[in-house]
Amino acid sequence: MQQKADHNQARERYMELVKRLTPKSKLGQGCLRAFWVGGGICMLGQAIADAGHRWLGLASADASAFASITLIFLTALLTGIGVFDKIARYAGAGTVVPITGFANAMVSPAMEFKPEGWVLGTGARLFTIAGPVLVYGISASVIVGILYYFIRW
Amino acid sequence: MGKHRIGEHTIAFPNRPRILSSAAVVGPKEGRGPLSTAFDFVLEDALYGQKSYEQAEHAIFQEACERCLKKANVPKERVQALLGGDLLNQIMAASLAARELSVPFLGLYGACSTMAESLILGSMLVDGGYASPVLCAAGSHYCTAERQYRFPLEYGNQRTMAAQWTVTGTGACLLGDEGNYLARTEMATVGQVVDMGIRDANNMGACMAPAAADTLKRHFLDTGRKPKDYDQIITGDLGRVGSEILTELMEESGFPLRESQYMDCGLCVFDPKDDVHAGASGCGCSASVLSAMILPRLHTGEWKRVLFMATGALLSPTTSQQGETIPGVAHAVVLEGGDEA
Repeated sequence: MQQKADHNQARERYMELVKRLTPKSKLGQGCLRAFWVGGGICMLGQAIADAGHRWLGLASADASAFASITLIFLTALLTGIGVFDKIARYAGAGTVVPITGFANAMVSPAMEFKPEGWVLGTGARLFTIAGPVLVYGISASVIVGILYYFIRW
Repeated sequence: MGKHRIGEHTIAFPNRPRILSSAAVVGPKEGRGPLSTAFDFVLEDALYGQKSYEQAEHAIFQEACERCLKKANVPKERVQALLGGDLLNQIMAASLAARELSVPFLGLYGACSTMAESLILGSMLVDGGYASPVLCAAGSHYCTAERQYRFPLEYGNQRTMAAQWTVTGTGACLLGDEGNYLARTEMATVGQVVDMGIRDANNMGACMAPAAADTLKRHFLDTGRKPKDYDQIITGDLGRVGSEILTELMEESGFPLRESQYMDCGLCVFDPKDDVHAGASGCGCSASVLSAMILPRLHTGEWKRVLFMATGALLSPTTSQQGETIPGVAHAVVLEGGDEA
C-alpha cells in the first residue's frame, strides 16, 4: 500500500518535471497565423463564388458549390505536388478548418497507401483521417434533423 | 549468478570483443546535418529508387551491412550472425536485408535502443566463442515511421515543440575476436523497462529519460565508476527535452553529468535550422552516429572510453490508443578506444 503511494508520488513529481521542461507551443503566433491564412482562404472562396455569380451567371447556391469545388481541387493539387503540408505546418488550424483541411485529409491517405494497391491500400484506407469526421458529422446532422422535425421553431 | 556479471545488471566481456568496422547510410536531410561528410553514403532521395519507403528502408539496411563488411574486407559468407532490427512492424527491413545477405539472422526489437541491444548480444556471442564475426545493425526511415505511428506524409498538421524527427538511415558494426579494430566493448548494462506514466507520443524524450537515468544509475552502482570515468556519456535519442530531463534526474540521483562530457545523438544528426523541433530519433539515430562520430573518435584516441546508451520508447499505436502509457528502456555499452592499436 505504502509502496503504491510512493510510486504514485514519484510519478506525479516526474509529471511536474516534464511539464516544466517541455517547451510550449507558441499560442499567440499560432492564432495569428491561423487567422490570416484561414481568413485568406475564406476570402478566396468568397471571391471565387462572386466571380462565378457575376461572370459565369451561376445562381448563388451554385456559386457556393463552385467555390467549394475549386478550393477542393486546389488543395488536392497542392497536396499532390507536396506543397500543402508545408503551408499547413505554418498555418495550423488556418488550413485545417476550411474545406481545404477536409480535402487534404482525403487526398493524403489516398497517396500514402497506394503502394498497398487500389483495393486494400487506397480503397480501404482512404477515410483513415476523415472517417471519424464523416461518421460523427453525419450522425449529428441526422439527430438534429429528427429533433427539428418534431420541434419546429 | 553468471560468472561474467558485475553487480545486478552489468556484465563484463573479459576478451573485449573488437569492433572491426562500421558503416552508416543515411537520407538527404541527415546528409545536410553537421555529420554530413562522416556518413559513408548519403542518399539523394529518401525513396532510394524503390517502389515504396518500406522497400527503401530495407535497401538502406542492406547497403549499410554490405558497406560495413566491405570496409573490414570480410565476405558475407564468413559472417556467423546478423543481429539487428528496425521500427517497421515485424522488423521487416532487417528481415528482408537478412534474406538478401543469406547469413544466420537473429531479429531484434528494442525500439530506438536496438543498436545497443545488438552490440550487447553480439559482444556476448563473440566473447563466449559462439560466433565471429558478427554483424550488428539498426535502422529506421522517417517516411515509414510517420505512416505507422502518426499521419500520412502529405497530411497537413503541426508538430509540437517536443516532437522529434525519425532518422532515415542505418548504422552497422562488425564485431570480431581478432584483427585491427576501431574500438572494443568492455562491459554492458542491460536496462529494465521503466514507465513513469507518460501518454504523450509526441514527447518521446520524456518517455525514455527515466529509463536512461535508471540504467545509468545501475551502471555506476554496479561498477563503482563515476561519470568522470568516461570521456563522454552518450545517449541515443532523448532529444532536447529528454536530455534536459535526464540531466536533472542524474543530479537528483547523486551522479551529476557535466555538460562537457554528456551528449545526445538526437542532437547531432540534423541541422537545427531544418525545423526538427526537439531533435532526431529512431533506431537509425544512435546507430548512424555511433558509426559516423563515436567509433572514429575512439579510433583516433580523441576519446579513450565512452558509455554508449541507446534509449527506446516502447510505443505501439494500438496500446497507446487503448490508453496504455509508454514504457521506456535503455541499454548501455562501455566502448574503449584503440590504446593497443
